[in-house]
Amino acid sequence: MPKIKLPTKSPHIDMTPMVDLFSVVLMFLMLTATMSPNDPAIVDTPSSISEKPTPNFNTMTLLLSKDDRVFLNFDNGEDTTLKFRPKILAEMGKRYNIEFTETELKEFEKFPSSMGVPMSKMKDFLATKDAKARVLLETGIPIDSLDNQLADWILFTRQINPNVQACIKGDSKTSYPIVKKVLDIMQEKNVKQFNLITNLDAVKINLAEIQK
Amino acid sequence: MAEIIQEEKAGGKRKAKKHAPHIDMTPMVDLMCLLITFFMLTSALNKPKIMEIVLPEKQTDPNAAPPKIAASRTMNILLGPDNKIYWYTGNVKPEEYNSLPPVNETDFSPSGIRMLLLERNRALFKKIDNYKNLVITGKLVITQDSLNGSIRQLKKDDDTGPIVLIKAYKKANYGNVVDIFDEMNICGVAHYMLVDITWYEEKMVETAAGIPSTAVIAKK
Repeated sequence: MPKIKLPTKSPHIDMTPMVDLFSVVLMFLMLTATMSPNDPAIVDTPSSISEKPTPNFNTMTLLLSKDDRVFLNFDNGEDTTLKFRPKILAEMGKRYNIEFTETELKEFEKFPSSMGVPMSKMKDFLATKDAKARVLLETGIPIDSLDNQLADWILFTRQINPNVQACIKGDSKTSYPIVKKVLDIMQEKNVKQFNLITNLDAVKINLAEIQK
Repeated sequence: MAEIIQEEKAGGKRKAKKHAPHIDMTPMVDLMCLLITFFMLTSALNKPKIMEIVLPEKQTDPNAAPPKIAASRTMNILLGPDNKIYWYTGNVKPEEYNSLPPVNETDFSPSGIRMLLLERNRALFKKIDNYKNLVITGKLVITQDSLNGSIRQLKKDDDTGPIVLIKAYKKANYGNVVDIFDEMNICGVAHYMLVDITWYEEKMVETAAGIPSTAVIAKK
């Protein structure tokens, strides 16, 4: 009986289909990935049943952190050539008598995440390259009635980008007086419609349950 | 190595074999695995959602009379400290601040505030639910937009459901406010509004929660 000869070759697995599949998955992930901007404060948003996605453009996001700091972020708009961010900063500079150089405005335009710096420290903030040093400077935007910089930010943001929508992203542990203060400032500036940023947490209730 | 042996068997013919060049893809696969893992972990697949709220216009005239609403339909929800909810119906006269009515206590659980709201809002909730069922079962074919529009119309026409006034005590937190708005959406409450808490309501919360009173009595 002839012996079946087993091939002595090391089994070579053809990896081409695997590579194909991986490429497709990788492409998909790379294209869909929306780099979540690094927030300067960790914010644990509350959840709701709302299924409306956050708008991508024309937003101004107020970040309310647990330790009662207020941060603000706004985008350059859908048409990035309009460059809303540097314009708004320039207006703020005029208001607070601070002259911003071209490079500083560029730096602000590129800065991706929320900022919570008082205007007096804005120059230092834009000059620092170190992320850790930046975090130290972020003490929150002043919202006192004596030095209400948030109101000015909101005013100029809305002047320069009239289509802006206000979003509030707050930590569930943020105390209510801060939220109230921010809402009051917005109301004073005639912002009446807000989007509260939440996580989706679907709740289903049926009629039978409540009929008992 | 096996190939060399094969070639020797073939009689020592030194003919270059037409082999498709075999590239070892293992490093490439390794790298791809790494990249896939990286992107999977960093990408925020579930985009955060938004909940829309509208605030009333700021009252600039201090002497303007507040809008009249039916006391029988009014439900006041006071968000207290430690995730507690206190509520009472109707209105309270500030002149009787020495004998304020007791408030009822409840919480954010489904058997708490949700039950209360659904009980009061049953008629409207049933209408909305029936309408949604028609759409789900295919008896009524409309777009999502017109479904939302019809629901809005149902809510607008509602005249039996509660009018909920949400008032947050200063020790409440942002999560409570969002949660209560969420409950309003779940229960399909047509009329609700976030309003400032009054000093006598602060006092009512403090009495109920057993914390020393800090509310300043604003006598007229």
